[in-house]
Amino acid sequence: MDALLSYAVFFVSIAGIYAILSLALNVQWGLTGLFNIGIVAFVAVGAYTSVLLTVEPSATFDGGLGLPLPVGFVGAMVTSAVLAFFVGLITLNLRADYLAIATIGIAEIVRLFLKNEEWLTNGVRGVGGVPRPFAELGQVWMPVAQMLLVLVLLAVVFFLIERARRAPWGRVLRAIRENELTVLASGKTVKAFRLQAFVLGSAIMGLAGALWAHFVGFVSPEAFEPLQTTFLVWVMLIAGGSGNTKGAVLGAFIIWAIWSGSQFATDLLPPEMVTQAGALRMGLIGLLLVLVLLFRNEGLLSESDQRRGDLAREAREERRAG
Amino acid sequence: MAELLQLVVFGLVLGSILTLGAIGLSLTYGILKFAHFAHGDFMTLGAYFALSLVAMAHLPILLSIPIAALATILVALVADRLIYRRLRRTRPVILLIASVGVALILRSAVQIIWGPNVQVYSPGIQLPYVIPFGDGAIRIKPDHLIIMGGALILVSALHVFLQYTRVGKAMRAMSDNPDLARVTGIDTEKIVLWTWGIGIFLAAVGGIFAGMDAQLHPVVGWRLLLPVFAAAILGGIGRPYGAIAGGMTIGLAQELSTLVIDPSYKPAVSFAIMVLVLIFRPRGIFAGRST
Repeated sequence: MDALLSYAVFFVSIAGIYAILSLALNVQWGLTGLFNIGIVAFVAVGAYTSVLLTVEPSATFDGGLGLPLPVGFVGAMVTSAVLAFFVGLITLNLRADYLAIATIGIAEIVRLFLKNEEWLTNGVRGVGGVPRPFAELGQVWMPVAQMLLVLVLLAVVFFLIERARRAPWGRVLRAIRENELTVLASGKTVKAFRLQAFVLGSAIMGLAGALWAHFVGFVSPEAFEPLQTTFLVWVMLIAGGSGNTKGAVLGAFIIWAIWSGSQFATDLLPPEMVTQAGALRMGLIGLLLVLVLLFRNEGLLSESDQRRGDLAREAREERRAG
Repeated sequence: MAELLQLVVFGLVLGSILTLGAIGLSLTYGILKFAHFAHGDFMTLGAYFALSLVAMAHLPILLSIPIAALATILVALVADRLIYRRLRRTRPVILLIASVGVALILRSAVQIIWGPNVQVYSPGIQLPYVIPFGDGAIRIKPDHLIIMGGALILVSALHVFLQYTRVGKAMRAMSDNPDLARVTGIDTEKIVLWTWGIGIFLAAVGGIFAGMDAQLHPVVGWRLLLPVFAAAILGGIGRPYGAIAGGMTIGLAQELSTLVIDPSYKPAVSFAIMVLVLIFRPRGIFAGRST
């Protein structure tokens, strides 16, 4: 029973971090139509920033300032936001596919940087001994407290994004996604709105990266691979319902359940197949992506359902007011 | 001086590989109107098909190249029939996401069938031709000659095809204006098949060449995707002729960059060039059409 409970705590923590990532991508892709397939870059930058700010000073590399955890989390968001600002400044005027390839390039450069700049990041050896939040609570309660931290942050991010989506700001974003020229014609600075959405989403990705790093306690350049960090998030958002805030969270939990379930399945394979298990699961991700697009391209909770809900609520509020 | 020329040779070899990838990417972009992110993984697939022919059927590599490339086309046509064709009426970006899915499926299949380890076409070291030059010498492996010669032949054949055959002219027409092409009675579905055929054939050969130049591993094509895209964008995406110039420029720039920057950042060079092009000449250096 205990094992089951502690697995449930672990499951909810990781799924919660993925839900934060999925919400972040929802701001960029779901609302604004910005094609970011370099999520891993912003996650890795966030994770490393927080780790280097909070870890104890080390003899082998310069990072490690031993600052308190909240400083690390804020630092992670700021660094990811700054990176996103410069990437966005250059590429957001361009069409979706150019942004897509540019984000792949950023992810590659971030990977090379983390690997080669050993003086800062300790290179391929990675950084261990990352401070864990609530470590003083001991082996039993620490994971529970960490899970609650993830859930609280998830709730905050959810509330803020849902609020922003319904606000005029979110309406402009969706209008840009649907028809850029109309928005330009009504006197909005399309590029500024895009940049805001891109930077906001990336900052949240940086936060998720920091959470992940302090949850796992170790970072290395290889720990951030595009498959689990970028494409899994895409499948989550698209399956859950791109543009639908609840859908983004629902998709994260469902797809994480399938993904971790597939690990149990591949664990049952004969030992000589074990090295292939990762490949099999990568194929599964690709297949899920294609199947959702072919058969349910609005996702489980579609944006139009959400819109209907919004309209009904607005009507209720008007009736109450008038 | 010899060192410089040596890098130029490496650059031309890499440029040949990138050109073959970029032409296909540019063609599919021009005619199917979406960025085909599985292009790199089709390069990988072609390379591994050739590996099977060489290692198991004991065919010479030169004979394996066309057979492996044709087999890769078949896979692409299946992907088109099952996936891309059904999504062609939606927005292009949906096709882009689908092609990312196809890329993951292909890479997974390659790893499951051929294993995750690094492999080579022929074990042992190829003795290079040594050409003395000034104070040093330039070394060229026989495989390098095959790669550069092969790319030259294929590019020339493509030129003849696009300029002088009915299908080639129809392809250019469709790339310029799909509606007008349809009205003139061009069978657009047939052109789509030809586009896949030519684009994927060149990609597969590029993948095999990449395997001959270095080694085969399941992400060989995915790693090439970034420079291949950079080449296509540099040449003005949608323009196969620009892709040739773009491929050669990126190949040379990547190799020559090692003179001035840390070689471990070599892959970043193509990205830097791409970003510069996107800022200053978003339509491509070679005056691509507006995007």
